Amino acid sequence: MPDTAANPSETITIRAAGEDDCERVTALDALITGLRKESYWRQTFERYIGRDGRHVLIAESAGDAAGEGGFAGFIIGEVRAWEFGSQPCGWIVAIGVVPEQRVHRIGERLFNAMCEKLEADGVETVRTMIARADHLNMSFFRAQGMMAGPFIELEKPVAWKFENEE
Amino acid sequence: MRLQKATLFGLYSILELARDPERQLSATDIAGIYGISANHLAKVLRDLGRAGLVVSVRGAGGGYRFSGNARRTTLLDVINIFEDIGATGNAGGNAGPPGEGEDTDIGTALLKVQGEIDDIARATFGSITVATLLRTMQWYGSGSSPAG
Repeated sequence: MPDTAANPSETITIRAAGEDDCERVTALDALITGLRKESYWRQTFERYIGRDGRHVLIAESAGDAAGEGGFAGFIIGEVRAWEFGSQPCGWIVAIGVVPEQRVHRIGERLFNAMCEKLEADGVETVRTMIARADHLNMSFFRAQGMMAGPFIELEKPVAWKFENEE
Repeated sequence: MRLQKATLFGLYSILELARDPERQLSATDIAGIYGISANHLAKVLRDLGRAGLVVSVRGAGGGYRFSGNARRTTLLDVINIFEDIGATGNAGGNAGPPGEGEDTDIGTALLKVQGEIDDIARATFGSITVATLLRTMQWYGSGSSPAG
C-alpha cells in the first residue's frame, strides 16, 4: 500500500519503482551530477527491480489539475552480506530529490521507507558511503541519525609502486 | 584530536541554549550545569554574541538566548569561532611556511597523515548542525539531561 502523508504544499506518495521510472531517475541524476549515465541506470534498474533484498522507491507528489502526479525523487537500497566480513547490512546505494521539491522532507520520507523495507528483509543496520566534500548529502544522512561506522574506506592510485622492491 | 577548552564551552553553551530558544540562561546557570568555570564561560559567551549566535538579555531573569539558525549552524561553525582545526600544517591545504622538521620527507609524510585526520574531523563537524545533534543525541549513548 502506498505510504502517504501531508506536507505544507502537497501530498507525497512513496511507491515501488517500475521500469518506466528509469528515465525519470536518469534525468534527475543528470540534473544533480551534470552527467547523464544512461546505461548505468538501465543496468541498475535491471539488477534491482523485482529482486529480493533490492529496492527502488519513488516519491511522487499528488496529482495536479491535469491529474498527473509529479516525480519528486528516488532512493535505491539493498541488503549486502559478508562484504569485508560484515554481517548482513542494508545499504543506501543512491538517493535524489528534485531540487524544486527539497526541504519538504521528501528525502527523509524516502529514507524511512527504505529503512522499513530493509528492516523487513531482516537487517539491523543501514549503511552508506559518501564523499567527504558532499556536504549536502553528508548533512542529510547525519540528520537521519547516521554516524561513522566501524569501517573506513581506503584507496590508492594503482600506478603507485614501491621503488627498489622486487 | 581534542578540542580546546573554550571551543568545548562554546559548543556546550550553544547546544544548551538551542535546546529551547525561548529560554534564557546566565553564564552561571550554564557553568553550573556542566561543572565548568563561570568566568571562562562569560568570555566564551561574549565571543558567541559577537558571532551572532547568542544574544544577551539584560535585567531580572536576563541571561543569554540562542539567536542563530539551528538548522543552518554546524558544529564546525561554532568551532571556527575559537580555533582552526587542521591548522597544524600544510597537508590539510593550509598555506604557510612549514613548521620545524615539516620540510623533511618524514615530516611531510607525517603532515599528510595528520591532514587525513583533520579532513575527516572537518567533514564530520561540518555535516552536523545544531538541530541534528539535538535531534539525534538520543542515540549517542547515555548521559544526564541537566536542562529543566
